[in-house]
Amino acid sequence: MPRELTQNRIQKIWVPTKDGKPAARRGAGAPHFANPPTVIVMVGLPARGKTYISKKLTRYLNWIGMPTKVFNVGEYRREAVKNYSSYDFFKPDNESAFKIRQQCALAALRDVKSYLKDEKGQVAVFDATNTTRERRDLILKFGNENGFKIFFIESVCDDPNVIASNIMEVKVSCPDYKDCNKTDAMLDFHRRIECYKSSYQPLDPDGYDRELSFIRIIDVGRQFLVNRVQDHIQSKIVYYLMNIHVQPRTIYLCRHGESTDNVQGKLGGDSGLSTRGRQFSMALSQFVKEQELKNLKVWTSQLCRTIQTAEHLGIPYEQWKALNEIDAGVCEDMTYDEVKEKYPEEFSLRDEDKYYYRYPAGESYQDLVQRVEPVIMELERQENVLVICHQAVMRCLLAYFLDKSADEMPYLKCPLHTVLKLTPVAYGCKVESISLNVEAVNTHRDRPEEVKRVPGILQRRNSVTPLTSPESNIKKPRIDDLDEAPIQELPPSVASLALCSPSHLPLTLAGQHWLGKVCLCTILHYLKVVTLLFCQRS
Amino acid sequence: MTNCPTLIVTVGLPARGKTYISKKLTRYLNWIGVPTREFNVGQYRRDFVKIYKSFEFFRPDNEEGLRIRRQCASAALNDVRQYLTSGGQVAVFDATNTTRERRDTILQFAEQNGFKVFFVESVCEDPDVIQENIVQVKLGSPDYTNCNSDDAVEDFMKRIKCYENSYETLDEVLDRELSYIKIFDVGQRYLVNRVLDHIQSRIVYYLMNIHITPRSIYLCRHGESELNVKGRIGGDSGLTPRGKEFAKKLSYFIQTQGISDLKVWTSQMKRTIQTAEALNVPYEQWKVLNEIDAGVCEELMYEEIQENYPLEFALRDQDKYRYRYPKGESYEDLVQRLEPVIMELERQENVLVICHQAVMRCLLAYFLDKTAEELPYLKCPLHTVLKLTPVAYGCKVESICLNVEAVDTHREKPENVDVWRLSEEALLTVPAHQ
Repeated sequence: MPRELTQNRIQKIWVPTKDGKPAARRGAGAPHFANPPTVIVMVGLPARGKTYISKKLTRYLNWIGMPTKVFNVGEYRREAVKNYSSYDFFKPDNESAFKIRQQCALAALRDVKSYLKDEKGQVAVFDATNTTRERRDLILKFGNENGFKIFFIESVCDDPNVIASNIMEVKVSCPDYKDCNKTDAMLDFHRRIECYKSSYQPLDPDGYDRELSFIRIIDVGRQFLVNRVQDHIQSKIVYYLMNIHVQPRTIYLCRHGESTDNVQGKLGGDSGLSTRGRQFSMALSQFVKEQELKNLKVWTSQLCRTIQTAEHLGIPYEQWKALNEIDAGVCEDMTYDEVKEKYPEEFSLRDEDKYYYRYPAGESYQDLVQRVEPVIMELERQENVLVICHQAVMRCLLAYFLDKSADEMPYLKCPLHTVLKLTPVAYGCKVESISLNVEAVNTHRDRPEEVKRVPGILQRRNSVTPLTSPESNIKKPRIDDLDEAPIQELPPSVASLALCSPSHLPLTLAGQHWLGKVCLCTILHYLKVVTLLFCQRS
Repeated sequence: MTNCPTLIVTVGLPARGKTYISKKLTRYLNWIGVPTREFNVGQYRRDFVKIYKSFEFFRPDNEEGLRIRRQCASAALNDVRQYLTSGGQVAVFDATNTTRERRDTILQFAEQNGFKVFFVESVCEDPDVIQENIVQVKLGSPDYTNCNSDDAVEDFMKRIKCYENSYETLDEVLDRELSYIKIFDVGQRYLVNRVLDHIQSRIVYYLMNIHITPRSIYLCRHGESELNVKGRIGGDSGLTPRGKEFAKKLSYFIQTQGISDLKVWTSQMKRTIQTAEALNVPYEQWKVLNEIDAGVCEELMYEEIQENYPLEFALRDQDKYRYRYPKGESYEDLVQRLEPVIMELERQENVLVICHQAVMRCLLAYFLDKTAEELPYLKCPLHTVLKLTPVAYGCKVESICLNVEAVDTHREKPENVDVWRLSEEALLTVPAHQ
């Protein structure tokens, strides 16, 4: 007998019931990603972009809902060896250093195992040089023993300009060289690279590594060699890597000018601009001219208000249906008050879980992310782009660039008449918020304070649940402790302590060291917790 | 999406899958809305040299043969130019193109005309694969109509030999400035060089996801729904008793097919999920498989649409593919929405897709290479399973009716699509309902 179906209240997904309650879906108890977890293994000499790729790929995978984390062996080494002295540490004949480096790699692998087996991780990115066959065989064995798939990403580049530029961007300012001037740092780093060169065994697709799954990236994306892609996620990873580039460029995100619906407080719809909205469009035109960009692409949605905004710019633009505002279903064209009155239950459900909540006959933020993914892929391919879109859509895009979680995304502040200018820098994205000084209504609703969280939201395939790329957990492997049980974990990651909505934080450089992200109230909260615990104990 | 037209040039010895790739790629690009056409030089040769005698035609020392082949290539390039300058966006130049000299000619031609060039080379030395290719597509070719199989295979092998000595594969150094993808051993490995733009990136992604492992794709709609019998479109209703009966029969059918490892996909609408539940196997819900959004016309009968939105109703009949329901979608939107499903279907092996009428038409149009004009009128009746099996250059279709009565939901294009037509004329082709 086929089971009866019930629609779950937040996501509006039909699930079978058992005695009137949602039952486990057949064969889908765990999230669909019950496929073997994958370990992505970076390969390459220093300054070849491995960490850049690791972080960017992780950010992308998390955004599309694939729990992913980077394990950077260099960080483990910095924890183990408090003060970096010089490139001598990396000399092939430095036996004691070699041992330390080996143990750091093993510690990182242990954390990989724990992440993939016990912490619901799906993909782990093992970021290290991994330039010898010996090291890679060790990792393959580790993968085999634990039932993990292994996918290598090798970055090969011999262009001295690219390497020098990498060193300047990310090495010279790294903790290893905090007490060095730039020239000395550069010199030391070059010597460090030399230490690896003699023992570097590149992946050999015709011989030794014929059976492995990997992509070799040559000269920052000029050429790719792809071997034995095994599954969907590896195919997506390859596609993503083939679309990203490192050309300097700027992405501008903004909403349409204020619309007449905005003024009336109505959701959705397809209304035109208000007078102030037109003023904004003219100001935007001026702003764009002042930016003096060559070759700016302009994208809009297929809703009237973004197109009207673009029309004022006097330059060609492209309409994407995928950029349309979130479909509010039965609530389209209503004000929040009308929604509260007509659909009080829906109204409160949305506040319970704004990311997963799907409007009846409409969409959720989760749906939006999936819809908007091709836009992100094309943004990666492009150079200077101005995207004129909508509040929810802009939040999704912003969450991708700034590595925000599903939890934070629906509350990101994207006010009308403000342009966000995103510039890739080092491992992340610089954000500048430019208000064009045209008054507009405020359409932002903060996360309500007294909201109960609903547990047990279904995880599903093709269901996208952006997670912020987890902070490195560096378990501080003291050399002597490496064979003992894992050390007591750090306090819960900062992301979960951030009780204040991101709007209270100044827009920061994403990708900074975690300490930089902690805002004052979070520190206070932590102090409060610690004090409480302390008081309890005594 | 694309500004300069693109010329895709295949490269490779005979029986390496060039025509297979050309046709498949052309089908995919057309389906996603990029006007594409393939130009098979072998076809030009067959038209010119009416009767194929033997592999001797292809001998490198056959002056006459060489002259004719060069002429055919030129004729094809002329047609390419004609196509790309009159609305075509991508042309696939399908020939061996195994010498650098030939490729340089093509590059020159492209430069003169402002076309971008992208090479697709297929390299394979696996004798089993080559043998299989020959059996699948060469034996049945017009060249060998009067031959027995063994003779044909022998001749074809000699034909391949004629090309081998002069074969200059795309070289990592000599051809470093060109844009190309080199496919090794039917997809085990790829070398991708200098992808220039969006369309080349999509082409590469597509080529990297297709495979030739034998498999079957089953397409069907949900069982008959409550709104179906009322003659109403859209909505999210459940199955009627007949619909449930179909679901049961579908379950038996699947079992009798004895498929290993069948994946089952549904939309997120109740009626497809109810159908899948009857199968007692794991299934996956895809929101993008949801039925076309009829916007303001959701849950209306055609009669009601004619009454309340007669203009919209007529416009839809005028261009059913591009017509977008107010606050809803068009078939054109559907195709874009479904592209990830097609991509994943290409990656997968045995799959059963339980979906909806408009969605099924879109998927079917992809597999059977139907045009935008034909697509919205493809017949996808309830309670019927379409079994698609890739064969040679295309797809074999078997239609299996599971013998459970259901209402007909297919509305043919009426004769009069004029906005001033009478109600009766508009409703002439509406199928019967409660």
